[in-house]
Amino acid sequence: MTDALRPYAAAFAARFQLMLQYRAAAVAGFATQCWWGGIKVMVYAAFFAGASASDAPITLSQVITYTWLAQAFLVLAPWSGDPEISQAVRSGAIGYERLRPIDTYNWWYVRAAAWMTARALPRALLMLAVAGVAFPLLGLEAWSWRPPADALAFGLFALSMILVVFVSSAFVMLLNISAVVTMDERGINTLVASLLIAFSGNLLPLSLYPDAMQTFLLIQPFASFLDIPFRIYFGGLSGWGAIAGLSLQLFWTLVMVIMGRAWMIRVMAKLQMQGG
Amino acid sequence: MPQILVQDLAKTYRVMERDPGVLGALKGVVHRRWRTVEALKNVSFSLEAGELLGFIGPNGAGKSTTIKILSGILRPDGGHVEVGGLVPYQERIRHVARIGVVFGQRTQLWWDLPVIDGFDLLRDIYRVDPVRYARTRDELVALLKLERLLDQPVRQLSLGQRMRAEIAAALLHEPEVLFLDEPTIGLDAPSKLAVREFVKRLNRERGVTVLLTTHDMHDIEALAERVIVIGHGQVLADRPFEALRRDVLRERRMFIDFAQAAPDIDLPGVEVRARTERSLELAFDPDMVPAARLIAAISADFAVEDVHVEQPAIEEVIAKFYDLHGAAEA
Repeated sequence: MTDALRPYAAAFAARFQLMLQYRAAAVAGFATQCWWGGIKVMVYAAFFAGASASDAPITLSQVITYTWLAQAFLVLAPWSGDPEISQAVRSGAIGYERLRPIDTYNWWYVRAAAWMTARALPRALLMLAVAGVAFPLLGLEAWSWRPPADALAFGLFALSMILVVFVSSAFVMLLNISAVVTMDERGINTLVASLLIAFSGNLLPLSLYPDAMQTFLLIQPFASFLDIPFRIYFGGLSGWGAIAGLSLQLFWTLVMVIMGRAWMIRVMAKLQMQGG
Repeated sequence: MPQILVQDLAKTYRVMERDPGVLGALKGVVHRRWRTVEALKNVSFSLEAGELLGFIGPNGAGKSTTIKILSGILRPDGGHVEVGGLVPYQERIRHVARIGVVFGQRTQLWWDLPVIDGFDLLRDIYRVDPVRYARTRDELVALLKLERLLDQPVRQLSLGQRMRAEIAAALLHEPEVLFLDEPTIGLDAPSKLAVREFVKRLNRERGVTVLLTTHDMHDIEALAERVIVIGHGQVLADRPFEALRRDVLRERRMFIDFAQAAPDIDLPGVEVRARTERSLELAFDPDMVPAARLIAAISADFAVEDVHVEQPAIEEVIAKFYDLHGAAEA
């Protein structure tokens, strides 16, 4: 490990280990995600039973797999800014953040990435164990998390999930910086959560939206957090389609990082710390 | 070339103003009024390597703002700052690698991490050589008596324990300059003594330049040879502490117990401040009447049982100084 990366690697490792300690939170989150997943699966089943199956752009079994994936990786989406940063903003400890001889953007970025991945990992493994392994063993195959389309799809999916971490962390950084500006992250977090529910595929797989919206839905940034990797998983995006999906994720990562860095420089130049 | 150079430093804040009550709040939604607060105007001073400077002043005087600018967190609106030849806010990363900072009212250690894990993280953040780090850490742990605290999460430490850990954390990368912003705030007497003793040794034995702000005049008395008094964003005084004390409050107090009823005293330069049946409190100017002559004069005429002389408390000295300059917080 080179000396240049040492601070960031250490910050990632420390946050990752710390977040893994919160076992009760992981179990509680998992239980909630199972419950919602179950409800969504039943709603989709009713919906597909009432529609003519040949019209649907994806099959019920794909939608069910999509749902379990979405529940498993729920916390990889940027639902809010990093609570550690908003806490530091309000307590004034943000001064210490600026006292470290490292790039503040990169430092906060790796912490956001660690925060999200450490929370997602146990939840995703539990979900896989229940919906992917236990369900088929219990004879609930029709309701289970199915394997990916093929080995290539799985490889591309893995790559796409790594890009999810990159793009989500870049978006969390925008939320972090807005918390520095506004001193309060709650307003923006609420707004972002609504957008995520609607446009990431969290509520409804994006391919089930009207055809006229499809191009827009794929290109807009929220698809990169969830819909793109899941479409790759079951083969909805393959070949050039998959390449396009990965490129979009990369594109949005770069856009958000460039925006975030420029914004951060401006905000830090005008930083005020009053009292004490 | 001084290690810290501050010239004509100025910093203003914008504070939103609104009228009180619901109506005021509604008006504020439509039309925002801003007031400019001058936190610092024309602050200048310099500090040689190895000096220990105390920074005092009432709340809101600009002490913390000065430290935040010197440490590279805030950008001034005017003036020039150099620390070790670097402009802090322009070369932040190089600058902060060479300084240590403790804000007494905030924590830099990670709340949920054991102290030692926090130290290790700082080692990596500052890219300190592991061998060198181990040596520095062990020294600091011994000097600040942290042995039994190392495996405890920071949130479980008492304030005094935490402050010792905070100071160690600020020194793991062996900085040349240490900024301490109210390091003894809220500490009990033994903890204050421990912090003072440590800072003094650090300065004397290691030659670390220290700039310290405090409201505790005993910190200043114990530590700082030189004091800067700041008020309303300006330097009101910059001189040795003893000179400040001498200039501001020359007065001495004498407390006398008599064997019989306390007499009336009428001597030039002496004033009766308080009396009880058998005792007197006198205020006198030692330049006009030296204490020895005053005692001799009184005991020649009256049966004196007990005498002691006091210098006014340093708190009084400073409060009087703030008053003289109209610097007390509005």
